[in-house]
Amino acid sequence: MSRVEERPLLGVRGLGKRYGAQTGCLDVGFDLWPGEVLGVVGESGSGKTTVLNCLSGRVAADAGRVEYAARDGRIVDVLGLDESARRRLLRSEWGIVHQNPRDGLRMGVTAGANVGERLMALGARHYGQIRGLALDWLAQVEIDLDRIDDLPETFSGGMLQRLQIARTLVTGPRLVLMDEPTGGLDVSVQARLLDLLRGLVAELDLSAVIVTHDLAVARLLAHRLIVMRGGEAVESGLTDQVLDDPQHPYTQLLVSSVLHP
Amino acid sequence: MYVAVKGGERAIENAHRMLAEERRGDRQVPELSLAQIDQQLGLAVDRVMTEGSLHDRELAALAVKQSRGDLIEAIFLLRAYRTTLPRLGVSLPVDTGRMVLLRRISATFKDLPGGQILGPTFDYTHRLLDFDLAEPAESQPEPPPPAMRSGPPAESLPRVVELLDREGLIETESPGDDRGPVGDLTRDALTFPAGRDVRLQNLARGDEGFLLAMGYATQRGYGRNHPFAGEIRMGEVAVELVPEELGFAIEIATITVTECQMVNQFRGSGATAPQFTRGYGLTFGGSERKAMAMALVDRALRGRELGEEPVSPPQDEEFVLSHSDNVEASGFVQHLKLPHYVDFQAELVLVRDLRAGHRASDRR
Amino acid sequence: MNQYNFAYLDEHTKRMIRRAILKAVAVPGYQVPFGSREMPLSYGWGTGGVQVTASVIGPDDVLKVIDQGADDTTNAVSIRKFFERTAAVRPTTRTDEATLIQTRHRIPETPLQAGQILVLQVPIPEPLRWLEPREAETRKMHALEEYGVMYVRLYEDITRHGKVAQTYEYPVLVNGRYLMRPSPIPKFDNPKLDGNPALLLFGAGREKRIYAVPPHTRVRSLDFDDHPFEVEHWDRPCALCGARGVFLDEIIVDDKGGRLFVCSDTDFCARRQADGGAGGDRP
Repeated sequence: MSRVEERPLLGVRGLGKRYGAQTGCLDVGFDLWPGEVLGVVGESGSGKTTVLNCLSGRVAADAGRVEYAARDGRIVDVLGLDESARRRLLRSEWGIVHQNPRDGLRMGVTAGANVGERLMALGARHYGQIRGLALDWLAQVEIDLDRIDDLPETFSGGMLQRLQIARTLVTGPRLVLMDEPTGGLDVSVQARLLDLLRGLVAELDLSAVIVTHDLAVARLLAHRLIVMRGGEAVESGLTDQVLDDPQHPYTQLLVSSVLHP
Repeated sequence: MYVAVKGGERAIENAHRMLAEERRGDRQVPELSLAQIDQQLGLAVDRVMTEGSLHDRELAALAVKQSRGDLIEAIFLLRAYRTTLPRLGVSLPVDTGRMVLLRRISATFKDLPGGQILGPTFDYTHRLLDFDLAEPAESQPEPPPPAMRSGPPAESLPRVVELLDREGLIETESPGDDRGPVGDLTRDALTFPAGRDVRLQNLARGDEGFLLAMGYATQRGYGRNHPFAGEIRMGEVAVELVPEELGFAIEIATITVTECQMVNQFRGSGATAPQFTRGYGLTFGGSERKAMAMALVDRALRGRELGEEPVSPPQDEEFVLSHSDNVEASGFVQHLKLPHYVDFQAELVLVRDLRAGHRASDRR
Repeated sequence: MNQYNFAYLDEHTKRMIRRAILKAVAVPGYQVPFGSREMPLSYGWGTGGVQVTASVIGPDDVLKVIDQGADDTTNAVSIRKFFERTAAVRPTTRTDEATLIQTRHRIPETPLQAGQILVLQVPIPEPLRWLEPREAETRKMHALEEYGVMYVRLYEDITRHGKVAQTYEYPVLVNGRYLMRPSPIPKFDNPKLDGNPALLLFGAGREKRIYAVPPHTRVRSLDFDDHPFEVEHWDRPCALCGARGVFLDEIIVDDKGGRLFVCSDTDFCARRQADGGAGGDRP
């Protein structure tokens, strides 16, 4: 963390969601400080994706309170926002990186247009400048510059994910929610993407909540971890502490079952 | 020397005159009467009334005659006429439970109280052209009257769906806000998401061919909902109105309607006991195919409230309801015949410009 | 036609439509849903325009009806006849004489005056329709001013063609707030929308929407700072009246591909000729 703030960027208390008789997540709480990356880890069915979906508003939480410290200093009651306000928040100060990059891209328009869209939505009106910024970002995410006018259909999985990241970060969101950002990619491609993400997070001083089942991803990207199981948080703490010295039996099981090269 | 073309007005007048001649056809052939159309092309009249949203056999027959048998054109005529009519009141909902039955069948049970009444159906005819019909019937003897039906009076036969309902096997129609106003598609624009009242109105007025295709698609896997024909009824019902001055209902007409109730895919879970679901169709006269298609599509569109993921066009409310009206569709498709040369000119200017740009860069 | 009300629609319906028009004028560029009636003309052939005209026309109005800029095209004739029968108003071909002008696909070349009403026929009112087919979604986009996707479309055109490829129904921003589709007028006519002293009403019968640009409203065609909006131009004047800077129709005069360019606005052209304007190229 590079700034000292008086209050967290994001404060979550008692977050809960049920799907009929099933528990999605129960009584989840954490604070996220500016410049911090929080990893939410667990196996599939642990409720980690539900937590993210409740934060983004993709599903309606049944319980809890989420407070976000906006750029203008206001405290926003995120769960209480109506759809208009929520969409506005997601367009301006937050960003979402989807597990499947196709969910976060327009496959029918060029890479340049994909990166430039959020800029245009916020009022950018100079074609040359928009294109210039798009080129800058393609360079940042290590996509060949002469792909700027290509359709994403022609991109590999890793390139699509990097394009999605560029599209999301181009307007400088303060908080980014990432759902399994390296899911479905080859190991070598993953490594490259993780390196990129780590660099961007540090360089842009991003705050992020990253959901992942992969402890290696968590170790590389997250400052702190929450371990989820059966919808509840069973352990939390600094990443290295949780992974090197797990206290909860489930965490111990999780850590020990990771294959070590 | 080029002179701008004039005479559009005269061209239209001549076109109308020619249309009138074509409509009449060979004057040696007797002119059609409205009674002939009403009586002998009854199903055409039924369709025009149903999709024209106006019950008046004589006017519908006139529309069929004026449109030279083009039923969508006839529906258009009837709708345009309807616009000019004042609204005197709103009737009570027609009680199809008290229908004087001409036809009543069910595919869900082998037999049921009152029996399966076939009525005047094409269903079991062999589709062989009957050349006896080529000659006018006057030269043929009167056929004997059909055998009298025995059994309980037709008005009292219970509905199959009610039989299932008594056992709790089928979802009860949610009364919803029964006292709330029913939407009126002919008065207010359709908005999405649409309530079931407005959806059913849209389907009732919707093009039979379109609904048939959509219903057919559900049977072939595009949003399958496992339909059974619970009951199809056709017969006469009373139309009743409660005039303000009287305070009680009076009967103002009897009309023939066809009603189809589909029994569909059951749903339920560990928490709630499973029940069959429903689809509903209603048309004027004997438009049975339309009533059945309507019931299939109604059920498909109810997917949202029944927790089904919409994965195919028949389940897509905006897609179905925006394109079901054949008067709208016909108008917009055919409007392409109108002059579009100004916009085309604008496109020509651009394309020529872009091509010039290409040639210039090729030369470089 | 005396069994029909003046201008065909009953007074209740006219009142409903006028209320929609007032809402539209109060929120420039915003599409107001209205209970469009079945009319004796086909949907797609001007029912929205006819309903708007029928709701505002009075016995003292002077009505002009044009299609593609001409008074004599078949559909303009048909609509004008409809109002002559149902409203018995005085028809005219002169733009400067008309109090009410119903038009399809063109705005007259003769500048409009305060007090005139122009009614434009609209097939597809929603400017975002080709980018987002769902009505429920486009409504939200307008409410939230989520117009980025339209600029993406312009960006793509410039990337692919070097310029914006939209030549008619060119999207505009009205009063700095609502994105609007100005009906299929050529982009050549877009500048006439900006600050026009007349009242501009837009009627879409089949889609059941009415919208408006009140007098003296800012209407800006979308563009980029470094790719500014530009209109069509021709390298020759009208062959009949010599006018420049007007929209010209291309007429094929022989089967060797000989062509003539003449004013699309027949009234404008006829009066220039009457005033002695010289023709350009002759065949």
